[in-house]
Amino acid sequence: METQLVREQPADQVYTSTRARTVALLGPLTVVGGIIWAIVQPSRLTLLHPYHQGFWWLVIEAPLLVVFAGIAFAVFVARPLVAELEGDDGAA
Amino acid sequence: MEPPSEMVHWLFGMFLLLLGLITLAEVIVGPDVWRRRAWRIYLWPGIAFGLGVVMWPVMTFFTNSAIHMVAHGAWAQALMAMGGAELGLAKGKLTSRWWKIATPVGLAVSGAAFLVHEQNGWFFARSAFLHHLVGWTLIGMALLTLTLVFRPRSVVFKSAFAVAIVALSVMLFSDRDLAPVFGHLSPLAGPPHR
Repeated sequence: METQLVREQPADQVYTSTRARTVALLGPLTVVGGIIWAIVQPSRLTLLHPYHQGFWWLVIEAPLLVVFAGIAFAVFVARPLVAELEGDDGAA
Repeated sequence: MEPPSEMVHWLFGMFLLLLGLITLAEVIVGPDVWRRRAWRIYLWPGIAFGLGVVMWPVMTFFTNSAIHMVAHGAWAQALMAMGGAELGLAKGKLTSRWWKIATPVGLAVSGAAFLVHEQNGWFFARSAFLHHLVGWTLIGMALLTLTLVFRPRSVVFKSAFAVAIVALSVMLFSDRDLAPVFGHLSPLAGPPHR
């Protein structure tokens, strides 16, 4: 259907925005995975019960490493990639 | 003041997770979009090379037997050779596609290193189980990447490779120095600590 107000999106544009959305979701999904892990196994977050813990147990928190990987990917890889894909959409 | 070895596995797991997400993103957007920015093509080989470099201090500080030292040393060299070859290919300094063989060889050496330095059976403890599982997964990934040398544009094999990297990171995050696996823990392993 195509009117003055409603215009059909070209198929390749839909494909590009689907790819952009999928890439944009990878980072947040990873962050959510890390948060769910921290909720399911709070003992893995030694910062929550810091007494009598050694240096490394206070510095290296496994669920936070997952969250960190997700954030690093989302900010440094996914964001510029999605911007380029959306730029393609805008140019189309 | 060294960290417990399980933490070293977690740190490697974090970088592997990042590597897996990068590979997944590359598969999703396709090689043409991925290569639009020069820095992106160095991400994968750069991280692989870096993991090889940091494997040297692991070899130095976590040597509790000769086989550990040999395995970690061979592993560091294989990862650096793999990352170096991929960096050369990305830069265009290496042109022969046969340099791609460095990746399956590097992964096979990494898998063999995991398998030979674990001297206990699968159900001895969780770390033993994971060393066997990671070792065989890496051997499988070596076969996958060998297939990619001959079919470089195969989305199925590339996706399988990306998912395998993420699965590897999950295995590394599951590692504990002394914990049961599926209810099994050898009395010889000692009491679980955490």
